[in-house]
Order: sequence, then structure tokens, then C-alpha cells
Amino acid sequence: MQTKSKTLTLAKRGLNFEMFMWMVTRLTALAMYGLILIAVIGALIMGARTQMNMADIMRWGFMPNVTHVQNTNVPDVAPWSTPFWRLVGSALLLVAVGHGVHGLVVIADDYIVSERGRRIVRNLSIIMMLTMSGIGLYILWTF
Amino acid sequence: MGLKRNVSLSTALRYKGQGPMLTFVLHRIGGLGIAIFVTTHILASFLGGKGGVFVNGIYENWIFQLFIFFCVLFHAINGLRITILDLFPKLIEHSREAIWLEWAVFLPLYGFAVYVIVRAGLGG
Repeated sequence: MQTKSKTLTLAKRGLNFEMFMWMVTRLTALAMYGLILIAVIGALIMGARTQMNMADIMRWGFMPNVTHVQNTNVPDVAPWSTPFWRLVGSALLLVAVGHGVHGLVVIADDYIVSERGRRIVRNLSIIMMLTMSGIGLYILWTF
Repeated sequence: MGLKRNVSLSTALRYKGQGPMLTFVLHRIGGLGIAIFVTTHILASFLGGKGGVFVNGIYENWIFQLFIFFCVLFHAINGLRITILDLFPKLIEHSREAIWLEWAVFLPLYGFAVYVIVRAGLGG
């Protein structure tokens, strides 16, 4: 029988960037579940049960942006474009971009092993993260 | 500097990782699919014009929806399993059972979605 503990405390393990992002990936996953749940519950409160079909609710849940309800039977899209929903959308966008871009870096690290290659991937990922966040926020707050 | 593996490709492909390996591969494919879809969808909405309409037209195609919904649903359910097992490490003992439970949740949900999407796609 093994008596030694298989797990190390965080202090013994040390907190580096990889460890930090490992935790961020899991916590952002939970945050996305929460934000999608808020969007779906909000849609049902605003009358989606009779005015939208399931695909429309899912599209809205995936990203609560007003352009995602424009082709539905919702009579007035004004309640769907309030600052509250723009803030929920922005939170979902930023969390998803962070989670997604780090995921791409993890995948790239599995196949690119040279120091230089990894540095290029990291620089590209930072540029991609900033541009996609910027474009996404622009779409969310101007349409 | 190239990639150095200590196994040949044919050995790697014959690796019998079974259930956990399958979820790992599908999680990776799903994540890549979502990343590519979301990026191009945001860019298409931002740029608009003929190119934007063309790209968003692909996303409205029912065959593409079958693919992207598989990516999203599998990534979400498998990600929830990973998150729960990682945040409560004692549960890792039951990881095989967790994967079976995951399929038991995924298959009915995805099957229902396939039925709805295909019926709508065939104009029924």
C-alpha cells in the first residue's frame, strides 16, 4: 500500500505561468457555464418561450448579442440590447477569448518544440487575443 | 529543429488509449473547431460585405451546424467532466465511470439535436 500523498500543496508545487493558466482554463470554463445560464434564463424571462425556437435560444445563449435575436419573432429587440446584456456579452467574450487562445497555445506547444517557434506562437497569440477582444467588443457595443 | 518522437507514426496510431484517449482527441478537435468558427464568424460580422455574407451563409448550412454543434456540445460536456475531476482530485478514481456518464449525457442531447437539425435541413 502506498502511504505517501500523491498530491502536492500549491506552495510546494510553485505557481508558474503554466500552473496559473491551468487553473484559469478550468475557472473560465465554469464562468462560461454561468454566463450562458444567465443568458438563457434571461431570454426565457423576456418571453423567449413563445417567441423563439430552441435554435434561437441556443444562439442567444452562445453569445447574448442583439443581432442574434433579430430574425426571431421577438416583437421588440430593445430589452435585448440593454447595457446589462452588452456587459454579459463582453464578459463572455473576454473569458472565451482568454480560454480559447490559451487552448490554441497549449495545442501548438504539443507540436512546436523549439524555443524560437514557441516564442513566435506566444507573440502571435497575444496579438490575436488583443485584436479579437477589440473587434468583439466593438461589435457588441455598436450594433 | 524538427519534432522528435521516440515512436514511429504507425506505432502512435496503434496506441490503444481507449475511452480517455478518444475524449482527449475529440476535445482537441472540438476546441480547434470552435476557435476557428468563432474567429471567422466575428471577422465576417465585422467586415460584412459579400465575403461576410458568404462566410455566414456557410454557418447557416445544416451540415455545418451538425459539425459545430458536435464540437460545442462535446467540448462543453467533456470540459465540465475535466473541471469537476480536476477541482475534486479524489474523484479521479472514478474517471472511467465519469467518461461513461459523460457519453450517457452527450449522446441523447446530440441525438436530439441531430434529429431537429436534419429535419429542419431537409425542409420538414
